[in-house]
Amino acid sequence: MTTPNSPATDGIAAAIAAHRATPGPLLPILHTIQDAMGYVPPEAIPMIAQALNLSRAEVHGVVTFYHHFRQHPGGRHTVRLCRAEACQARGSETLIAHARAELGCDFHGTTADGAISLEPVFCLGHCASGPAMMIDDEPHAAVTPARFDSLIQPLRANPTEE
Amino acid sequence: MTATVFVPRDSTALALGAEAVARAIAAETERRGLPLRIVRNGSRGLFWLEPLVEVATPGGRLAYGPVSAADIPGLFDAGFLSGGDHALSLGPTEEIPYLKNQQRLTFARVGRTDPLSLDDYLAHDGYRGLRRALDWNGQRIVAEVTDSGLRGRGGAAFPTGIKWQTVLEARSDRKYVVCNADEGDSGTFSDRMIMEGDPFLLIEGMTIAGLAVGATHGFIYVRSEYPQAYRVLVQALDVAEARGYLGNNLFGSGKGFHLAVRKAAGAYICGEETALLESLEGKRGIVRAKPPLPATQGLFNQPTVVNNVISLASIPVILDRGSSFYRDYGCGRSRGSLAFQLAGNIRYGGLVEKAFGATLRELLYDFGGGSASGRPIRAVQVGGPLGAYLSEAEFDTPLDYEAFAAAGAMLGHGGIVAFDDTVDMSRQARFAMEFCTIESCGKCTPCRIGSIRGMEIIDRIGAGGDGPAQVALLRDLCDVMQAGSLCAMGGLTPSPVLSALDRFPEDFGPKQRVPS
Ligand SMILES: Cc1cc2nc3c(=O)[nH]c(=O)nc-3n(C[C@H](O)[C@H](O)[C@H](O)COP(=O)(O)O)c2cc1C
Ligand code: SF4
Ligand code: FES
Repeated sequence: MTTPNSPATDGIAAAIAAHRATPGPLLPILHTIQDAMGYVPPEAIPMIAQALNLSRAEVHGVVTFYHHFRQHPGGRHTVRLCRAEACQARGSETLIAHARAELGCDFHGTTADGAISLEPVFCLGHCASGPAMMIDDEPHAAVTPARFDSLIQPLRANPTEE
Repeated sequence: MTATVFVPRDSTALALGAEAVARAIAAETERRGLPLRIVRNGSRGLFWLEPLVEVATPGGRLAYGPVSAADIPGLFDAGFLSGGDHALSLGPTEEIPYLKNQQRLTFARVGRTDPLSLDDYLAHDGYRGLRRALDWNGQRIVAEVTDSGLRGRGGAAFPTGIKWQTVLEARSDRKYVVCNADEGDSGTFSDRMIMEGDPFLLIEGMTIAGLAVGATHGFIYVRSEYPQAYRVLVQALDVAEARGYLGNNLFGSGKGFHLAVRKAAGAYICGEETALLESLEGKRGIVRAKPPLPATQGLFNQPTVVNNVISLASIPVILDRGSSFYRDYGCGRSRGSLAFQLAGNIRYGGLVEKAFGATLRELLYDFGGGSASGRPIRAVQVGGPLGAYLSEAEFDTPLDYEAFAAAGAMLGHGGIVAFDDTVDMSRQARFAMEFCTIESCGKCTPCRIGSIRGMEIIDRIGAGGDGPAQVALLRDLCDVMQAGSLCAMGGLTPSPVLSALDRFPEDFGPKQRVPS
């Protein structure tokens, strides 16, 4: 391993060690890294490739194939807005337009203050109660633009409170 | 006497404020110094009433809903812990017509029990199917499932018993049971409700599948959009292992079954069974050509049963009550019940488990109460993003696999998404193409590139000029996608597009229409 030891590479090494013995370890490793660091940093690719005896291209191909994995750091929070049909039928397009304007960023973007990354998602399983969204791991349904604002406001107001 | 209150931990209930309600109830009991037990149950599936709080009374459970945290002091003042009357009173839960008029075979326990209490599961007929299976050989279990007429609930409706027979007959030291919990279809949440509301049912069903085909290892592949389901499953597996309901020696029978949960990573195509297996192996979710079938060469190239959550969760009742009990529900070649999911612009959305054979109209109006907006229901998409859009003229179609196929539609996983008359069907057609562009695995050109061309053509139709020629081009493109795609992603994306075009041609023209 060429990368000098750092908290990041230690974390990556630990994630690899934790799952190496499980069958089909790649996705569990990537999840563990992203859960801890918020994204899959570039230095993870060669470390995983070497440990699992894969080419870097193979590992990179997997990271980029799945919508869930990020290759760059995002905001402190991730807001996922449902774009799928059942939420469309309940007014999600209005909510999405409102969210973009309010956050000043598009899907896959991050607010200027670094607080929030906005991601699209196709169904969260709340399809009888849309529009639905998720803030980090927390689900919200029947989200009106006003409710969106009240949910988002505390995430932006206290950038240091984590 | 300690009162018992039920507050769901189902994630839609949580999304509607159930956690705050549970906290407010705990705080109020504390303040009033009352003894109270709060059970975090699954959802009854009446989502317009969530958070739905229930109290246990000598005369049965009574429901209140939809409850918000602000209602809690008032509910205590009204004496709701002993069933006191309140503006939110709904009466005895099981007498609510929406629930009473269902036939809950698979969902019999969901909402009634504590999902993580194995004792509660056992007290409500849990593990009776597995006990019977342990006395039988694999062939007898498979025959029972075949006789039940159960067909796969994930979408393709392939007979479950026939799939299991192939795996049973495959020779290998290692076989797998894989549960497809990717539930990617918009408008569906039945898998989620089982995983969050009755996880031991899924574990029992998978264990029986393992005994039937001779598989000792299983995986549950859960979509990453369902973090709550994932957490509940992980906890339930721990409980089952600790109590000997999973492991090397089930109830001292000498037979073993091991189960693990895996998290997906946000790719719709990984719901397709071969892409799912690739993903479990740690690869990109690229669809495999068939044959070989997963039943002979599946996970890690070994014989593998891949079944949907609801298929597997229907196994315990079949083993417990017998194949004829299950088969007696339904009609034609669609046996048993389907957990329909009423979603979108619908007044009373939720889970409706019914025997096959009811009509779409009964679901939309008798259960659903029409649209949520109060406007006429104009279009209904059944069977997820690859399902056809139906119009009013087809609402009397019986909900069974063959009747839907005859109407050029599919039941799929049972999702029913209603739209009112403000919907623009050319936008829905465009969305179907866009979804295909985003979620295609990329292997076939008609799917990967054709869907982009499809969006462009629909945009040109909306921009006006040369309409008939563009519509003809769109139909040609759909032909190519249907004929030239390896799997149903590219092969069925034309279905919402063409059904919109055939049933709502007035929406495909220059865009000047101002919605009223
Ligand atoms: C694009 C695509 C997506 C699919 N998504 C799912 C899914 O999310 N869940 C599921 O159970 N089956 C899904 N299927 C169907 C599976 O390929 C497979 O038929 C099913 O898991 C078999 O289980 P069953 O026989 O119990 O239905 C999908 C199929 C395709 C083509
Ligand atoms: S039809 Fe689409 S999703 Fe299916 S295999 Fe071909 S490219 Fe992949
Ligand atoms: S379609 Fe939005 S939650 Fe299902």
